Amino acid sequence: MQELEYPFDVEYLIKNKKKIKRELLEKGNFLEKNIAILGGSTTSEIKNMLEIFLLNYGIKPTFYESEYNKFYEDAMFGNEELDNFHPDIIYIHTTNRNIIEYPSMLDDENTVNEMLNSEYEKFRKMWNKLFEKFNATIIQNNFEYPFFRLLGNKDASDIHGRINFITRLNQKFYDYANTTKNFFINDINYISSCYGLDKWADQLYWNMYKYAMEVSAIPYLSFNIANIIKSIYGKNKKALVLDLDNTLWGGIVGDDGVENLAIGPEVPSGQVYAEFQNYLKEQRNLGVLLNVNSKNEYENAIAGLNHPAGVLKPDDFIIIKANWEPKNINIKAIAEELNLGADSFVFVDDNPAERQICKSYVDGIATPNIDTPENYIRILDHNGYFEITNFSTEDLKKNALYKDNAKRSQMMATFDNYEDYLLSLKMKAEISSFKPIYLERIAQLSNKSNQFNLTTKRYSLADIEAVNNDDNYIKLYGKLEDIFGDNGVITVVIGNIKNNDELHIDLWIMSCRVLKRNMEYAMLDSLVKKAKERNIKTIYGYYYPTQKNKMVSDFYKLQGFEEISCDDKGNKVYKLDISNGYKNKNNVIEVKE
Amino acid sequence: MEKEIYERLNKVFRDVFDDETIEVNSETTSKDIEDWDSLEHINLVVAVEQEFGIKFNMNEVTTMKNVGEMVSIIMSRI
Repeated sequence: MQELEYPFDVEYLIKNKKKIKRELLEKGNFLEKNIAILGGSTTSEIKNMLEIFLLNYGIKPTFYESEYNKFYEDAMFGNEELDNFHPDIIYIHTTNRNIIEYPSMLDDENTVNEMLNSEYEKFRKMWNKLFEKFNATIIQNNFEYPFFRLLGNKDASDIHGRINFITRLNQKFYDYANTTKNFFINDINYISSCYGLDKWADQLYWNMYKYAMEVSAIPYLSFNIANIIKSIYGKNKKALVLDLDNTLWGGIVGDDGVENLAIGPEVPSGQVYAEFQNYLKEQRNLGVLLNVNSKNEYENAIAGLNHPAGVLKPDDFIIIKANWEPKNINIKAIAEELNLGADSFVFVDDNPAERQICKSYVDGIATPNIDTPENYIRILDHNGYFEITNFSTEDLKKNALYKDNAKRSQMMATFDNYEDYLLSLKMKAEISSFKPIYLERIAQLSNKSNQFNLTTKRYSLADIEAVNNDDNYIKLYGKLEDIFGDNGVITVVIGNIKNNDELHIDLWIMSCRVLKRNMEYAMLDSLVKKAKERNIKTIYGYYYPTQKNKMVSDFYKLQGFEEISCDDKGNKVYKLDISNGYKNKNNVIEVKE
Repeated sequence: MEKEIYERLNKVFRDVFDDETIEVNSETTSKDIEDWDSLEHINLVVAVEQEFGIKFNMNEVTTMKNVGEMVSIIMSRI
């Protein structure tokens, strides 16, 4: 459920958690686990939120919740209910509110050290007792920083400072974690700092309800716990499927050319992509499988990945799908070739429409809303897809293993319900004769489009103005919007009327942003309509091949035109007779004229 | 404006308590809604705060007696 992925709409979660729970429970097929929450402050809402995050991961928890601030008593002395509960997971929700004694300025070093040890020993004995009693995994909070600093900046370095004391205590917890199996730290120190410590520590919630953090911070806390738990039960994601253009680099390799891509430290826009590639490379080194899923000619994709300033090289990927297939089909093919469930994948694409189609048609795949390039790392990272609880050297070899496997199986999933997806986008187009406000955009588009461009004829703004003022032209622009927003002007057709009843298409271009959305059909329908109004009988189309426009080499044929000539350079002429009627081709886009 | 606030508030109550039959008025108190205990009260307060983009202070949270008093605080803030 997208609502349960970072970044959260906290307001929505708090209001709708009951509804969300109901919906999630309908899915069935859960892994059932007993989770004991031993709290040092109120835990009710932490439990509620944890429940929906776990259900979303396919884990159905049954909870034991200690009485308010009875974590220590429950652990050390037990009680019948807990003893009979047989917890699989014990989550100890303690915070700096549960530290009994802090140093004062009058204490000498020995006293402070003893204080530290006695605080640690209290916890250590509790953990050991729980391990003796239960065959369970323990998840223990570390301590968040206090929201005030009695000593100011010295609070961090001086042994009398609370920040210093908490830092040292946390380190002792980490030492225990590093030498103990089935013991994991829930890093609330980090979560609270990401959230903002002052907000996290809003004292109203402690004084009113004995919550150790603001209620709106609880989804972040519970999500963090849920990530540890799902990782323990092997429900981590395993692979990334990455788009290329404007995801791994700035720009469109097929249109802009490799040399013009934004990647590398020279410019800020290139720097941000280089850092993202670096992050992904580190993920790869931890055993996350990297794959590519891009609408591109294969050679262009490889050329982009070989950009000298790029961090990721073609060899870093297991499978590279660079073609014009719908991306959901590519993902299913990657899943089959890797022999992984599609729910093991995280699909990273800057285009929300592509994310939506994959979300709709690939069950269980994560499609994070990665926002703009400077946010890619944070959003991917904070989702905890690859949370590490147990790490083996096998993980380091995983990429190599899968790479071999991939070579063995080369099967392609099929998908016969593409139209349903298109309908679900509720696309609306505006197709009409040029308007003054769009002339600049139209000229720009004619100069930028390389791939979906039949004649690669370039127009200056003055050229476009001339066409606009000449009655011998039919000139259409198309705008497309869908449930995700407005794409603006993305396609242009210019036809020249000759010999009274012939229309010759000088230019037909479309932005790659809206490929495979049937916009070209809508444009042809409108073009034919306009042509008929001008008593045109025959439309002529031209295809002039370039290095970049291979994807439209059969475009007119697919539109029902008839090829009438082809020269030795591959330049082709097509015609379409409309004098005996024409049947509209678009049935997925609502067109306004 | 008061009517609109009650409408928005009613929606928040229905969401938080997951009960489409709830109709709040100025006299409504926690006794009238089955799930409205002290733990749900905080969720309700947070949801109301977010709905109206306001924050209640501690004094207000502790002294609010019924929905009517909640509405008058909201009206003084927006």
